Amino acid sequence: MEQLRQFIDSLLCSVRDLLPIVLVVAFFQLVVIQQPFPDLVNVITGCLLVVLGLALFIRGLEQCLFPIGESIAFSFARKANLFWLLLFSFALGFGTTIAEPALTAVADEAARIAASGGVIADHKEALDSYALGLRITVALSVGFAILTGVFRIIKGWPIQYLIVGGYLGVVIMTAFAPPEIIGIAYDSGGVTTSTVTVPLVTALGVGLAESIKGRNPMVDGFGLIAFASLTPMIFVMAYGMIL
Amino acid sequence: MELLLHLLHTGLSTVLDVLPIVTIILGFQVLVLRQQIPNLKRVLIGFVYVLVGLTLFLVGLEEALFPVGKLMAQQLTDPAFISAAAHIPGQPLHWNNYTWVYLFAAAIGFSTTIAEPALIAVAIKANQVSAGAISVWGLRVAVALGVTTGIVLGTFRIITGTPLHYYIITGYVIVLIQTMFAPRMIIALAYDSGGVTTSTVTVPLVAALGLGLASTIPGRSALLDGFGLIAFASLFPIMSVIGYAQLSAWWIKRQQRLQLRDSNDNDR
Repeated sequence: MEQLRQFIDSLLCSVRDLLPIVLVVAFFQLVVIQQPFPDLVNVITGCLLVVLGLALFIRGLEQCLFPIGESIAFSFARKANLFWLLLFSFALGFGTTIAEPALTAVADEAARIAASGGVIADHKEALDSYALGLRITVALSVGFAILTGVFRIIKGWPIQYLIVGGYLGVVIMTAFAPPEIIGIAYDSGGVTTSTVTVPLVTALGVGLAESIKGRNPMVDGFGLIAFASLTPMIFVMAYGMIL
Repeated sequence: MELLLHLLHTGLSTVLDVLPIVTIILGFQVLVLRQQIPNLKRVLIGFVYVLVGLTLFLVGLEEALFPVGKLMAQQLTDPAFISAAAHIPGQPLHWNNYTWVYLFAAAIGFSTTIAEPALIAVAIKANQVSAGAISVWGLRVAVALGVTTGIVLGTFRIITGTPLHYYIITGYVIVLIQTMFAPRMIIALAYDSGGVTTSTVTVPLVAALGLGLASTIPGRSALLDGFGLIAFASLFPIMSVIGYAQLSAWWIKRQQRLQLRDSNDNDR
């Protein structure tokens, strides 16, 4: 009974989260463009699925992703083995990014654009290898980002110095990178962090900051995602310069 | 029937997406950490929730909102629609003829950010860690306002065709100045909120808007101008979240001052 009530509560929360999009889309469709919805039954079924899915996901977040991230952070802190922790951080960043569908889409798009701009030959092999190269570049950069971010939490460095350094890197690279790659590079920073990775990585960072003496989870625990959205910009521009 | 196939297909690709994460975690858990995860059964059930939830969420978005939203982005950026709305047929279009496009950009930026599951996750965590000082909704609305500003400005940039990096570098300078004056505890969280805002819900709709604009406005290329909206959407939340923290710190101080004055008055 209690469980059922909780579930209904979380369904209501999801409805509230989704309501703005539904209102926006409905307003523009009916009032501005002045057209009826193409397939109302589909739209309503879809909205119900989104609400149910969001409620289940939030449930799983608190029951699975957060606890796992924390438990791993605590185990590593107890083992106090820096090498394995850094290797894990790199693997987590690399592994979650290489398979990220949003990144795959952007990489394919970028390859097509590069081909039409004459940067690479316009046949399938060249396109595929360009896109794969881009994906590996971004995945490496995210692995490197999580590694750096975890190292920062352990050392307790203030995050702004590293971020400012990263920004300078972006600005300097922008001056030298070919113009076609700049938009893609700037965007690739945003698409790398997926819905499953973010909670895991956040819980990992906060867990580490909680279990290391002298670290404050609020000041030191966050920031891993910030690195993961900064380094791809630098790495992708470098990729554009080398090719 | 078609829906069922879609569900199965998306479910399978969700499983494939999380496979690397599961492999890495299991590998380290078994080989390096050699430690039992507490409440293993509960965690596994939670994992099923995550998979099923994400699948339903994605299928629902693809069935219901993305097709309409993408079509809408194309229709709104269609020169025919814009000229009709601006009532000056035959005249060349100026940047201020695009009122509906800006409104759409703002509205879609705000509403998709509110529904973004990754942001909900970070907001819940920040609320727990800060012992309630940061409210889940406060953070989400702050981020959503940042995304709104970012996307509107990004739309303006595509319409006017000014170079992306001027905006981004100016944005960096503003973030740096804000960082110098920001309360220390918010800085890392603010930087994080830039990265989490652009995910499952926001990216497809915003990218459709950007590419739609760049391909319909004369003189813009999808290559040079179509990208970059996501970059705006990940930069501006940093400013709005730091701003939110500064405002709420100021508000608390003000309240305290008022209370102090009240109690002094009462003492008299």
